[in-house]
Amino acid sequence: MSTTKFTKDHEWIRVENGVATVGITDHAQNQLGDIVFVELPEIGKDVAKGDDAAVVESVKAASEVYAPVAGKVTEVNEALADDPSLVNTDPTGGGWFLKLEIADPSQLDGLMDEAAYASYVEESE
Amino acid sequence: MTERTRTDTVEAETLSGHRGLDVDEALIFEMDSPGKTGVDLPEAPRDRPRLGGVTRRGPIGLPGLAEPEVVRHYTNLSRKNMAIDTTMYPLGSCTMKHNPRLNEKMARLPGFADIHPLQPEETVQGALALIDRLAHWLKTLTGMPAVAMSPGAGAHGELCGMMAIRAAIDARGEDGRRRVLVPESAHGTNPATAAALGFKVDSVPGGEDGKVDIEAFKAKLGDDVAGIMLTNPNTCGLFENDIRAIADAIHEAGGYFYCDGANFNAIAGRVRPGDLGIDAMHINLHKTFSTPHGGGGPGSGPVVLSDALAPYAPVPAVIHDGERFRLVETPGQHGHLGQSFGRMKGFQGQMGMFVRALAYMLSHGADGVRQASEDAVLNANYVREELARDGLMSPSYPGPCMHEALFDERFLKGTGVSTLDIAKALLDEGFHPMTMYFPLVVHGAMLIEPTESESKDTLDRFILTLRGLAERARAGDAEFFHGAPRRVPLRRLDETTAARKPVLRWKPEEAVREAAE
Amino acid sequence: MRYLPHTDDDRRSMLAAIGVKSIDDLYRDVPDAARIDGPIYDLPLHAGEMEVERDLAALAAKNVAAGSVPSFLGAGAYRHHVPATVDHLIQRGEFLTAYTPYQPEVSQGTLQALFEFQTQVALLTGMDVANASMYDGATACAEAVMMANRVTKRGKAVLAGGLHPHYRDVTRNLSHYTGFQLDEGAPNPDGGEDLEARLDDHTSCVVVQNPDVFGHVRDLSGLAQACRDKGALLVVVVTEAVSLGLIESPGAMGADIVVGEGQAIGNTLNFGGPHVGLFATRDKLVRQMPGRVCGQTTDADGRRGFVLTLSTREQHIRREKATSNICTNSGLCALAFTIHMALLGEQGFRGLAELNHAAACRTADALAAIDGVEVLTDAFFNEITVRLPRPAAEVVSDLAARGVLAGVPASRLWPERDDLADLLIVASTETNTGDDVAALAAALEEVL
Repeated sequence: MSTTKFTKDHEWIRVENGVATVGITDHAQNQLGDIVFVELPEIGKDVAKGDDAAVVESVKAASEVYAPVAGKVTEVNEALADDPSLVNTDPTGGGWFLKLEIADPSQLDGLMDEAAYASYVEESE
Repeated sequence: MTERTRTDTVEAETLSGHRGLDVDEALIFEMDSPGKTGVDLPEAPRDRPRLGGVTRRGPIGLPGLAEPEVVRHYTNLSRKNMAIDTTMYPLGSCTMKHNPRLNEKMARLPGFADIHPLQPEETVQGALALIDRLAHWLKTLTGMPAVAMSPGAGAHGELCGMMAIRAAIDARGEDGRRRVLVPESAHGTNPATAAALGFKVDSVPGGEDGKVDIEAFKAKLGDDVAGIMLTNPNTCGLFENDIRAIADAIHEAGGYFYCDGANFNAIAGRVRPGDLGIDAMHINLHKTFSTPHGGGGPGSGPVVLSDALAPYAPVPAVIHDGERFRLVETPGQHGHLGQSFGRMKGFQGQMGMFVRALAYMLSHGADGVRQASEDAVLNANYVREELARDGLMSPSYPGPCMHEALFDERFLKGTGVSTLDIAKALLDEGFHPMTMYFPLVVHGAMLIEPTESESKDTLDRFILTLRGLAERARAGDAEFFHGAPRRVPLRRLDETTAARKPVLRWKPEEAVREAAE
Repeated sequence: MRYLPHTDDDRRSMLAAIGVKSIDDLYRDVPDAARIDGPIYDLPLHAGEMEVERDLAALAAKNVAAGSVPSFLGAGAYRHHVPATVDHLIQRGEFLTAYTPYQPEVSQGTLQALFEFQTQVALLTGMDVANASMYDGATACAEAVMMANRVTKRGKAVLAGGLHPHYRDVTRNLSHYTGFQLDEGAPNPDGGEDLEARLDDHTSCVVVQNPDVFGHVRDLSGLAQACRDKGALLVVVVTEAVSLGLIESPGAMGADIVVGEGQAIGNTLNFGGPHVGLFATRDKLVRQMPGRVCGQTTDADGRRGFVLTLSTREQHIRREKATSNICTNSGLCALAFTIHMALLGEQGFRGLAELNHAAACRTADALAAIDGVEVLTDAFFNEITVRLPRPAAEVVSDLAARGVLAGVPASRLWPERDDLADLLIVASTETNTGDDVAALAAALEEVL
């Protein structure tokens, strides 16, 4: 069973078999436009909830991607180095950013589910 | 973006690749004929080299061209540029004013251009006197007691002013003062500079009138505040009328007032920043005092300093010891600047720019500097008024403005046309666009700075054109705008691919092919 | 006033259109206390071209132009011949009076020239990529150290004692305020310095100048290997760009970042500025590189074109998170560099370097033949250091009075070090004739 949760900063986090995958939402990639580069963290780095975990760059902007929950970075998406456009074409699939070993699963409870996120996006527009 | 949309190009391809006066220019590396050269040098004697054996192996890979090829290549390249010499260039915040050629001639006098920075002082007394005279002009026009001449550009001047502030705070032993207040509308260099020096940047919101929200500013004061970096006139083209109160409040809180002097050209000769309570301000000689922008530098950014910061000014500095001019090259030399924060740059500053700026000042005189500021302000207000007439374009704030007029894209709402599209359509009309999307505090900013160099006729033509484009956008001709520009050397460029797969240099074809495999 | 197109009638009709009575109404936000209502005392009124020219020419005449006498000054700025073509082309208004090329459709001239510049710098330094230039060599050096700190996530830089003191001071200044450590070596005029021994696990980079400030040339391959072994970067500083025509490129010796001063090519001395900083590095570090860069792309019709790119590292986008606060490069000086290099080509550039080296060999021999003068550099490019029997600053002053600019006394760069007071740094370029060298030697013999 997998569950996907969302943050107010437009990151998604999906937990499958105890491993969390993090990326940015379709709405976020739409707002940013063509992604040209993604700066990913080092494997093994410990991040606290809300820490800068990655930087995503379009031609005219650079935005921080924050860790939705605390944890240790176990893997990053090497494919983004060659083809950052994956974030545009497949943000919740092949365009994932990093995997986290979650420190405190209860932090997930504070995040939005898909329906809550959808209405959050709608409200903010 | 990479899709070719040749359908709406204005002309078919030519056989040569040239398009009349617009000549297609290959890269010099593609024009290479080994053995050719554009210089004739004497043969070097064939003695044994004394390089310790560290001799270059293999060719460098530089192309060979004869002189006429080089002349034609760069002449043709130059013709692909818009410039002040050819076009009105109302780029807000950048001050594209006329660059007098007398300045160029003076800077090339061998007595200025052909002197070495480390020549004995007695052989460069005229150069030191020139720096001292320029310093006198800058101090007099700003009403400030001291000036640091060495910073190499505006952002470098900011670094200088903020280092002086850090040094002054350190001298007071207050290592807890590390917060710098920066208004939202500031140039990006302000927060970048403060952060580079280890300060924590704290953003101050703007009020609805486009100026600093003074209450919000006061609420941020505290004993950890090192200072404020405020641009005045600000980046919305407005004079901060609370500036005295801001200065008093920051001083009372124990901080310093850094004024970004990028827009000094609106007030030179009419307002003395020294009377406004500032502690440091850089002056972009390439803006206010007409030294050429050169396609992106070199600039020059002297910083005027208050009595509180003057002791920490950088070296080198020019002094007069009663008999002759001296250079203070290290802190404390000749009994001066013992508390200097040190050196920012090789040698003593942008001498070539100093000569040009002084030539401009002497030409204009104190009266002309003032008239130039007034005309710059007059032109901006005229453009602002005429573009807004009948509610056509939307100025962001009530007038009057200073030397630049800020509009936003409210008037384009629902048209499918953006600020960028308007700018690209202006290119076809033979005008360089205004600054776009800066300042960040309004949506789709268009910041128009005509400068004092434009005649009323040119301004009227610009106004007529921009009004026409605004009307066309509102009439719903979005396609026309999305396809612009069409009549300039290139059409819109694919910046996404440029940033995704950066190609930052030429490589021989074989190397490119190998890399692809 | 010749620079202002408005007539008083224009001004009146524009004020009327705006709907105000006088220009003062447009300045109404200025507090009364700060307004200047009357004339500005102490500054002259406007003047014609002839008067300004006379005034400034009189100041220029109080300086001794280096080209008017035998001149042997270097130490970071070098006098070379600049072809007439260079100065003519950079004065074309389309180059001279354009802004930073933010509108690429109407800035291809500047952009293509920058792309050529970046390629030339990469070729000369033996590196993969270069930026569109920096303020000068000294600021480029400080930026290189900051970049090495970012890349390695370490905070201690080793500076060679042979690094030009201005470069050291600018770096030291930034280190003080941004909180990184410096391990500064002492100057050694005899050359030789064990930099490898100063590397440790906290070292972000070693900064070494080649040829060093005294003129010594050394092979840096061993040092590069030692840096790699410790996970540190090797930053090579080149203050005399012409040396790259004859000396093995820093890239080939294993440098990770090369910074330098490009003034020697296409640019005059200008009493120290404007000059042009060079900055080159490896492909894999490009996104950590400070400063502007120009890249190749295509336009909507598929034509090749150039744009400023990777700008998300820069201050106008990243603000307090930018890699550097720099916003200008040294555009026109870079253009002069590019045009001069285009004229030289492979053959001319190598020939120029050979002439420089030959001139320095001739000077070294002439000075070595003088009693009491000891030449300290045996492997050099176009600059040597000699020990004199008395303080070099005095000797330089005496020679200046005899119409010879003899070189840079080491005391000018290290006023705090008495042990260097007798040293003179002497540069020779293609502009120095045999007669110049003879005049230097004769004058020196006279005053010693």
